Parts: sequence; structure tokens; C-alpha cells
Amino acid sequence: MPLDASYTGKSFKSVGTRPLRPDGIDKVTGRAKYGADHNMPGQLVGLVLRSPHAHAKIKKIDTSKAEKLAGVKAVLTATDLPDLTGGDQGMFDILDNCMARTKVFYDGHAVAAVAATDMETAKKALKLIKVDYEVLPHVTDVDEAVKASAPVLHANCFTEGVEPKPKKASNIAKVTEFGHGDVEAGFKDADFVIERNFKTEQTHQGYIEPHACVASVSPDGTGELWVCTQGHFVYRNHCAMLLGMDVSKLRVTSSEIGGGFGGKTHVWVEPVALALSRKANRPVKIVMTREEVFRASGPTSATSIDVKIGIKKDGTITAGKAELRYASGPYLSMWGELGAMTSFACYDLKNVKTRGYEVLVNRPKSAAYRAPSAPMAAFAVESVVDELAKTIGKDPLEVRIQNAAKQGTRSSYGPIYGPIGIGPTLEAAKKHPHMKAPLGKNQGRGYACGFWFNFGGQTCTDINVGPDGSVTLTVGTVDVGGSRASLALCVAEELGIPYGQVKCTVADTSSLGHNDMTDGSRGTFSSSMAGIFAARNTIEVLKERAAKMWEIPVEDVVWENGQAKAQGSKYGNLAPLSLKEIAAAAGNTGGPVAGHAEIVADGAGVSFATHICDVEVDPETGRSRVVRYTVIQDAGKAVHPTYVEGQYQGGAAQGIGWALNEEYIYGKDGRLQNPGFLDYRIPVCSDLPMIDTQILEIPNPNHPYGVRGVGETSIVPPIAAIANAMSNAFGVRMTHVPMSPPRVLKALETAKKA
Amino acid sequence: MAEIHLWGALRPAADGAPVVSIEAKTIRELFRKLEENYPGMAPHIARGVAVSIDGRIYRDSWETALPEGAEIYLLPRIQGG
Repeated sequence: MPLDASYTGKSFKSVGTRPLRPDGIDKVTGRAKYGADHNMPGQLVGLVLRSPHAHAKIKKIDTSKAEKLAGVKAVLTATDLPDLTGGDQGMFDILDNCMARTKVFYDGHAVAAVAATDMETAKKALKLIKVDYEVLPHVTDVDEAVKASAPVLHANCFTEGVEPKPKKASNIAKVTEFGHGDVEAGFKDADFVIERNFKTEQTHQGYIEPHACVASVSPDGTGELWVCTQGHFVYRNHCAMLLGMDVSKLRVTSSEIGGGFGGKTHVWVEPVALALSRKANRPVKIVMTREEVFRASGPTSATSIDVKIGIKKDGTITAGKAELRYASGPYLSMWGELGAMTSFACYDLKNVKTRGYEVLVNRPKSAAYRAPSAPMAAFAVESVVDELAKTIGKDPLEVRIQNAAKQGTRSSYGPIYGPIGIGPTLEAAKKHPHMKAPLGKNQGRGYACGFWFNFGGQTCTDINVGPDGSVTLTVGTVDVGGSRASLALCVAEELGIPYGQVKCTVADTSSLGHNDMTDGSRGTFSSSMAGIFAARNTIEVLKERAAKMWEIPVEDVVWENGQAKAQGSKYGNLAPLSLKEIAAAAGNTGGPVAGHAEIVADGAGVSFATHICDVEVDPETGRSRVVRYTVIQDAGKAVHPTYVEGQYQGGAAQGIGWALNEEYIYGKDGRLQNPGFLDYRIPVCSDLPMIDTQILEIPNPNHPYGVRGVGETSIVPPIAAIANAMSNAFGVRMTHVPMSPPRVLKALETAKKA
Repeated sequence: MAEIHLWGALRPAADGAPVVSIEAKTIRELFRKLEENYPGMAPHIARGVAVSIDGRIYRDSWETALPEGAEIYLLPRIQGG
């Protein structure tokens, strides 16, 4: 029972309620400590020197003048970070990205770093470092990078996944294929086939808090790192490996986090701060500027996607095919692969084939961004599905319902689906009042579906019962979206005590076993499962202690509503023992009461959403405005519905920004032209309508309370939903994101000429 | 003997076959025998392979049993945001 993850179907007292957020007061009063808020005695200021070139050989770095400057305590280059990765290419790429070794691969790539007593000295020192570059031809566009004529980033990059293996190096690092059936036969069966190319520009997660850390390494080989991250255990493991430290000797504490969305799943300046501290023998603090965050952290991929879909007049989709090219920055990743897996996952298709390309370009290393790769693929596929529905004169929502994947469908990425929620989200959309709301002049309505995998992973959780009966829940998954509240709710539920009796804390890496990071919508799914198991183990201890207090066999003790009860008529006169009473006697019954759980949480279950969007387009300026927006998504069980709604709204808001305004703009020189929030425009409150949400609760059979991850799927449909709404607003199909005013005006002018 | 479905990136290691047959009772045994029979799969397994058993995706648990007659699909071990 303690480690049985099966859905219990129990009725809830705490789960599903909306207590005030436990971190709210600290955050609104400024007491919450973020990455840059921590300081250590004797701390130095760390700064990083970054390449102004998109692609260049590093011929020589002269740090001598910087080293001689008064107040400079350490100067660092790649020679201070020797390759200890033992042939692990993925880790070597992380090392090379943190500090360039022989070549720089993008504007902003780190080449050196300094630690000095103050900011002014550190800035002076950076100017005294002389780097001799041999500038090389560069390529930043994903379609240009795959051409045979493109400058090649790595001379040893021979495309993986094609046979025979290429003999010529290229920027296509890997090709991966998914699908089943015969797509060409499917296209022959179709009455209509539409084939289009879609492009999406590179966007940044736009988290409000820049990367920041304070590192301290002692001459005895131990170290501490305070850092803003989505996964301090993973940061610890990576930093320890890159610096040759013992994992157990590096203690990493995660700060509060001002947003991550996947961008804080990778190390960037943290190994550099630790190496500077080791060299200077003083703590070192590095806080990235916003410009550095844009130039040298991990935005999402720019993409170019070819989609071809066939349909019969009766609305049956006969085949779907997609070629998805995802820019990965200078290093191999799996973003094209994920696009290929997710692109047609919403549909029940007899014939489907997708091919994902990992394309290397002279841009910063692409990182995960909330359901990574799925929004771009959904934009392409959902746009064509919409257009096909119009072509055959059917309602686009009905065509989606007709072709939606269901239990027993072979997914486009391979396995057969179990119980899934795409159908219910579409049916809920059909019945939603938004569908009947009148549209104004120059307004259009669009819909789109979205899919994301979700996953679980390694999770370690402790429960400790205090002498007063209050409960400390200690977790190792960083709270990025309200998990401290949801986890405390689940543990209170399992123990049968009020929510206010449980305090959830995120521990440092020396306090718990390894925890995977908070990504893949796993924070509440995984840690609540571990928390429930830890609570069940705690209950076993509480029952043993009650048995000792009563001097009866433990088999005669049951746990109900937060109390131990003696079972059987012979104990009729024994009053129940509360958790508080048992805790008060713990010193006499065996010592502190605690429960633990170390698990691998599998069975997260896939996630689906349907969005409805109304857009108004100004035909004179090309400016678009989202006037109404509705998110419908399955949560399995919404543990704290307010946070779930927040996740739905947050994903939609980011998707709206991605669709309408956000983009990395590179000059011909390969330099980023808009590394700041004035020129890279994310939506603010006044840009958005109130985003309506509808939570569906179809229990996940693989979680005791039926919970599914909710953090990512909500960013998948918005780009497509907005594109479809814009098409209905002014009759032009937009195929290039962002659909910013200049692009909309150009599309309108082109349509007029046609 | 279980039929193991391979995603595209693994197929070159099995001479292009989309499905291979392996006698295995757990994910650990499956990975070990795949590496023995198809050495080209070893780098993929090292990089991360998830196993879908009747549609439920396992990313980590080697001890997970492969039930007789179950649909087993190998997938990339995905990253999230």
C-alpha cells in the first residue's frame, strides 16, 4: 500500500480547495530571497566576457593586464575548466557552452571571466582582456543552415540517423523519423491535399528573474552554491562533474525562482562562478544582465516546418506528413525530434510520417521552453487542419472531433493510447459559452488543440512530525508554480489533518537524496506521489506509537481522519489518539516520528488541451488584439485549482506573446539586435484579456489522487489558435510567426494584389 | 519472445527493421539484450531511452516487468520545460 500509485478514488477534504498561497506574503513584501538576494562574507563580483562574433576561432586570449589590475582576484578562461567529461559529448557541450574553448559559436558565447572586489573593477578588468579572433562565416537562419553551401559549425558533425552515414560534415546533426501506415497511399485517397511551409522565429522564455548565483569553494574541496534554478540537484551533479568535485561536497541551495519555463534546467554561469571562487579563494556572485540572458542563455528553437495533410469530403483525414527543422544552437539536442513526436499526436491517423531535423546554427544553445517544440509543430498542423476544414465546408471544431485520437488509437509517435482527454476538451469547447459570443468588426474566432507528454522521474521526500504535531514536508523539487501549496494539501489529505498543520519546504541538496528537476510538468505529479507515500509510511509509524501508548497489538490500530483508533469491541472505551497526542509522547515511544519515500514516478500520462480565441485585426496598422481567450484542459485532479488556472493562463499568455510579437532579430553580422525588453516585446497585463479557464478532471489511473501535470500543455495551442482566428478575421492565412503588425500588413497587401 | 517496436533513430542499428524480437522479462534485461544483439543501440540507450508498455511510458524504472503480449515501444527519453 505505501508505494501503490494506483488511483484510489477517495473523496477529498483538502485536495481541491484554494488556501492562500504560502509564499504570497514574502513575495509581495520583498522578504522572499531570489538568486541575486543572497550574499556571503568577502564575496567578489563575477563578470563574463562574451564574444561579439557569431562564429570565430579563438587564436589567443591575453589576460595579463586584467590580472595585474588592483582588486582583481581571479581571471578565468577555458584552461581553468579542463575537460573532465570523460567522453560524454552532452556534458562536453555544456562545458563548451559555459566557456568557449577553441571556437565561439554565437554572439554572446563566454570566452573569459573575472572576479573582482567591486563591479567597477570587474568591468575594467573585462576591458583589459584581449581576445584575438579569426572571424569565420556564420549562419543564423535554420533554412540557410541546412544548405550545402552553408558554413559548417563543426567539422566532425556527420548527420546521425540516416543511412548510409554521410561522408561530408553538415549542420544537420540528427534526423529522426516517426509514423506508421502509407502516407502516399493516404494522400491518393484524399479529396483535398494542402501542403504548406510554416516558420516560427526564436523566442525566449522571458522569465522576469535573470540567472543569478553565489558560489563558494573552499581549499578543502567543499563548496556551496546558492542559485536560481529549476533543479538544484541536477545543477549540483553537473557542476561537480565539470569541476571535478565530489557530489557530496557541493551543497546547492535553490532560491525562490522568478520564472524558469525550461530555461533554468541548464547550467550557464554556475560552473564559472564556482571555478572563479576556487581560483580566488573567495565567494563569487554572478548576476546576468537582461542583455546577457537574451544573448547567452537558452531560448527556444527557430523552426521551419513543411506540413502536408489530406482529407476526404466527409472530413476524414487520410494522411499527415511533416518535415520539421528546429534550430538547436551550436550543439545537438532533441528539439526537432520532439516536434516530430508531438505534431500529429492529437489525431487518429491511419497514415502519418514525421521527420525531425536537429539543425546547428550560430545562435545560443536552444533550451527547453514549456512543452518544448510542441507549440511550433501544433501551429503548422493545426493551421492546415483548419484550412482543410474550410475547404470541405465543415466546422473546424467538428473536423477535429471527428479525427481526434482516443483510447486505442495508435499515436503518431508510436504507442497505442490508453485513456486520454483530447475528446472531452473538444466537446467542452463545443458547449462553451465563448462559442456563441458575437464577434465584432474585423474580429475572427479560431480554435486549436495541443498535446504534451508530461513525465515523472526521481523524487525523494521526507515528512517529520514535530513534538506539537505540526508536520514538516521536505521536498527536493523547486517550487516554480505553486507546488509547496499543492504538496502540503496532498500530505494533509493523506494524513487526515488540516492543511494549516503542514509546512512544505524545499530542501538543499545535502538534506535529501537526488531529485530530478522541476520540468516536464512533474513537480506536483511526482512530489505529491512521493509525499503521499511518505505520509503512508508516517501513518504506519504513528499506528505503532499509538499501539505502544495503548499497550495493544499494532494490528488492532487503524488510522482514520487524522487519528489512531483501536479496532474491536474490547477497546470500546479507548478514546482515539490524535496526531498531536502521539507526537507529544514520541520521546517515550521510540523517538521522532518521520516518514520517507524515495521513488521513480512513472505514469504521468499524456495531456491535451483545446483553446478558443477571438482576435481583432486593425487592417490599417496590422496590429492584432486578443479580445477573448478560453483554455480547456484536463488536470486529472486539480489539487489547488487557483494554481492550475494560473498555469493555464500563464501558458496562454506566453503563447500569445510568441504568436504576436516576440522574436530574436539577428543582423547580417550575426549579432542579436534586440536583447532587451524594450525591443523584444513580451505581453503585459494591458495587452491581454482576462483568460478564461475550464478545468476538466479525468483521473490519471497512475496517481493515487488522479493528478496529471498541468504546467506545459497550455502553451501548445495558442499560436495556432491565434493564426486561425486571424485567418477568419481578415481572410489571409499567416504562416510566419510572430504575426507582428509588419507581417500582417504585408500579408494584407499581398492578398489585395492577388 | 516480445516484439519491440523501434522509433526511427534506433532502426539503423537493426538494419532498418521497425520491430525486433527479444526474450526479456524486465526493462533492464531488454536493454542489456538490445545492446548485446544490436551494439549500435548502445549510444542511444546511454543517452536515454524510454519504454512504453501498453501506452504507459517508463523513463527510469529498470525493474519494470514486460508483461506477456504487451505492446512495447521504445521512445526517446524526452526533455521538458
